[in-house]
Amino acid sequence: MNYFLTAEQELIQQIARRFARERVAPMAAALDERGEFPRKLLQVLAKTDLCGVYIPEEYGGLGGGMFEFCLVVEEISRVDSGVAICYAATGLGTIPILLFGTEEQKRKYIPEVAAGRKLGAFALTEANAGSDSFAQETTAVRDGGCYVLNGTKQWITNGGEADIYTVIAMTNKAKGARGASAFIVEKGTPGFSFGKKENKMGIRASSTTELIFNNCRVPRENLLSREGMGMIVALKTLDQSRPGVGAQAVGIAQGALDQALKFAKQRVQFGQPIIQFQAIQHMLADMATQTEAARALVYGAARTIDSGAKEISKVSAMAKVFASDVAMRVTTDAVQVMGGAGFMKDYPVEKMMRDAKITQIYEGTNQIQRNVIASELIKERDEW
Amino acid sequence: MQIIACIKQVPDTAEVRIDRETNTLIREGVPSIINPFDLNAVEEGLLLKERFGGTVTVISMGPPQVETALREALSLGVDQAVLLCDRAFAGADTLATSYTLAAGIKKIGAFDLILCGKQAIDGDTAQVGPEIAEWLDIPHLTYVRSIDEVFPAEPARASITVSRLVEGGYEQASASLPALLTVVREVNEPRLPSYRASLRARTQGITIWGVADLSADPEHIGIAGSPTRVSRIFVPEYDRQGQFFAGSPEDQAKALVAALRSAGLA
Repeated sequence: MNYFLTAEQELIQQIARRFARERVAPMAAALDERGEFPRKLLQVLAKTDLCGVYIPEEYGGLGGGMFEFCLVVEEISRVDSGVAICYAATGLGTIPILLFGTEEQKRKYIPEVAAGRKLGAFALTEANAGSDSFAQETTAVRDGGCYVLNGTKQWITNGGEADIYTVIAMTNKAKGARGASAFIVEKGTPGFSFGKKENKMGIRASSTTELIFNNCRVPRENLLSREGMGMIVALKTLDQSRPGVGAQAVGIAQGALDQALKFAKQRVQFGQPIIQFQAIQHMLADMATQTEAARALVYGAARTIDSGAKEISKVSAMAKVFASDVAMRVTTDAVQVMGGAGFMKDYPVEKMMRDAKITQIYEGTNQIQRNVIASELIKERDEW
Repeated sequence: MQIIACIKQVPDTAEVRIDRETNTLIREGVPSIINPFDLNAVEEGLLLKERFGGTVTVISMGPPQVETALREALSLGVDQAVLLCDRAFAGADTLATSYTLAAGIKKIGAFDLILCGKQAIDGDTAQVGPEIAEWLDIPHLTYVRSIDEVFPAEPARASITVSRLVEGGYEQASASLPALLTVVREVNEPRLPSYRASLRARTQGITIWGVADLSADPEHIGIAGSPTRVSRIFVPEYDRQGQFFAGSPEDQAKALVAALRSAGLA
């Protein structure tokens, strides 16, 4: 399919593809097995300039948008989405600063991210605030020139590894969601520590931890936007970033399809390669069609966001929900096409199947995404 | 620091197949790459530039298609690229190649350090690097696995200290600058092309010098400058083969005796 990439976008895709194939692929199985954070790989990536693809040139980036971000996430995910998410989660932590930061905040934090010297993270989820994301228990109380944060964030991607955290906390609990505020918290701030690293089913190269705030004093100038804007900061950020999860899912699906196709051409049963059997052919045809459809939707959503469109919640949610469901189906079928071999850790598809699952869950479960899509449909004016 | 890295475009030997009829390499359809060890040389140059400032220039000798290898080097962040390209350079052995590269390096101008890969994966001679140093009358250190100390900016004691890979270990050695190093794979991990350098590399000019541009003695270049003669190319035949016997010492002894008997030797 021709997605009419510019020469610059093709170059971004090529470099990301080389990074994935030449550097990530040889490490993927070991990183997954050991649950090891790919610090060295991210340093290699930093030197390619790709850490700044979605960051404006004035802050040291390449001046692209969510579309370029998606191209990079997709290519890395095609080989190892656990590595891709370390990159993508930094984007998620950086987007709120790009969208709502003051000039000083942007100048201070964004160029370091663009250069790949610092990683970011986004912290909304808590033990009792998952899908019910504004049942927040973490508090931020104003005290002189600081806010004092107390509480625990859960399942935070890049936890412990990131340098810059965008954290949602309640500045006025009585106001509910409208009492939430967003803060930039730097690693190393006294009173800010990390809980245990989670032992996950998939994306095991990434780090997922608790963030623990114990009388953590954050300077007032680290408040993002205004008090009470935390919900808006979080929702607008997630609207922007969701196609990134979609791109991750497309990459996983494509990677699984690549493997299944290669295997089906080589594996001989009943005297012929199994790809000669219509049962296999139809499975592969469906896998390829679904993957391409997911890609078209993700690219379309990312481009809609980059066009500056105001209403992006619906397309953003659609891209995420569709692509992640495709990734789960395609990886499951890839394991099926490859049979016993697919089930073994000698081949990468069982990992891709484990990795795919999280894309249906994080950055808003697919059930919540359908709520978002439906609520937008309900709001829309009748055309007939 | 003014750094020059010498690179060679080679067939990707991982992809090379052999024509069993003629016992020659099938070069068609084999991708050309930068000699992997030369990528380590380029990377070391870029790392030194990041530490000390200056420029990294890559130089190669070869046909016009070597330009793709030079553009790849530019996309890694190298400042400029020089191609020595002339029919008169063709047929060069390592001696004529090193003479020509040395002439090109002289024309580039002042330098502090020349970096080469330890050898090319197609010829495997490991001669060109040291020979360049001899033509330029500068010290050379081969098989460098790490650069330990560099003092580039003090003319009186400009020097470099390296660890060299030697059989069974490594040795530390120093040389005054300017010098030439050949590096091994362990010295670093080469970077990938960067976006910004790749964009620049697409339009950046590559300096191309022919024989008329170099003050080179025609007797020392190309076939005329190459005393090496390839008299025959062949695949070595092994008429003796090792054989391993497994099992307990007793089984092995029995198997050995049986093999000797069946060969009529016992």
